Amino acid sequence: MDRAERLSTYVLRLADNSLILAQRLGEWVGHAPALEEEMALANFALDHMGQARMLFSLAADIEDKDRTEDDLAFLRDSIDFHNVLLVEQPNGHFGQTIARQFLFDSFYQYQLEALSASEEPRLAEIAVKARKENHYHLRHTRQWLVRLGDGTSESHRRMQTAVDDLWRFTGELFSRDAVDEWAAAAGVGPDPATLVSRWDAYVDDALAEATLTRPNSGWMASGGKEGRHTEHHGFILADMQFLQRAYPDAQW
Amino acid sequence: MSNQQWPLFEIFIRSKSGLNHRHVGSVHAADTTMAIDHARDLYTRRGEGISIWAIESRLIAASDPAETSALFEPAEDKIYRHATFYGVPDGVENL
Repeated sequence: MDRAERLSTYVLRLADNSLILAQRLGEWVGHAPALEEEMALANFALDHMGQARMLFSLAADIEDKDRTEDDLAFLRDSIDFHNVLLVEQPNGHFGQTIARQFLFDSFYQYQLEALSASEEPRLAEIAVKARKENHYHLRHTRQWLVRLGDGTSESHRRMQTAVDDLWRFTGELFSRDAVDEWAAAAGVGPDPATLVSRWDAYVDDALAEATLTRPNSGWMASGGKEGRHTEHHGFILADMQFLQRAYPDAQW
Repeated sequence: MSNQQWPLFEIFIRSKSGLNHRHVGSVHAADTTMAIDHARDLYTRRGEGISIWAIESRLIAASDPAETSALFEPAEDKIYRHATFYGVPDGVENL
């Protein structure tokens, strides 16, 4: 792979994380437990959508294959998506969405912090903007983690189960392949392994405040970054891509 | 899901430095921290503010609508309370 291929793959991974998470969060519209909370989740979805658009445009520029951001979002198949498995997991109940969002946001804050100093200036600019958005997301999701974890015995039980169930997807956040190694060597992005200790400390602190137990790190699922997704991914694309697939180049 | 509603909070936003906080609406929330978050999400989406105040609605004391005439009508014929009798010098624009 040459530099353009590596860099566009690296940026696409970031873009896909945001796009898939945006789509998931958007599914809450009309279903959230309170109107105010629905607005919050929809705002998060829009923030991620905005990040995805900027990243897709950047990736399209870099790869220079005459594909637009829309082509990248709506005309790729599951196997060509590079998002981590965590973000494609179903919304479940509100606590499960909070657990997913908390685990991702807490990782993302350190990833964005490092990306803000990227040698690729356009990526750094996007990261600086996204970092502010993510800071608020994390503040909000951490609050909910604590409220539900340290709430009633029923909310505690559900929150603990949600964290336990999603824990096996956290390993992939820090996994590293040839593209990550290239990015770290080129100063484009962080070596994911360097983020682990701070993430551990942050998550431990939040879980303790929420009176939740940190799950044992046993077997970890992976493959999303290489396009091997869980069974949920195809259904997300079916929803998201239907219009462009059924009515190619439709505009409104 | 419980049917219990979160308490109501009144939200005040300062649009920029030097201006006062203005009432913009209300949100439901479990406590003040959540009320600020909800207010941020609902009322500052288009850059409307730089500061938010939230106060639980039940803590606000209000005048009694039945007493409106007793409270406010006596002021209507006291025109001397308005500073409208001063001559304004030429050239003063922003008074």
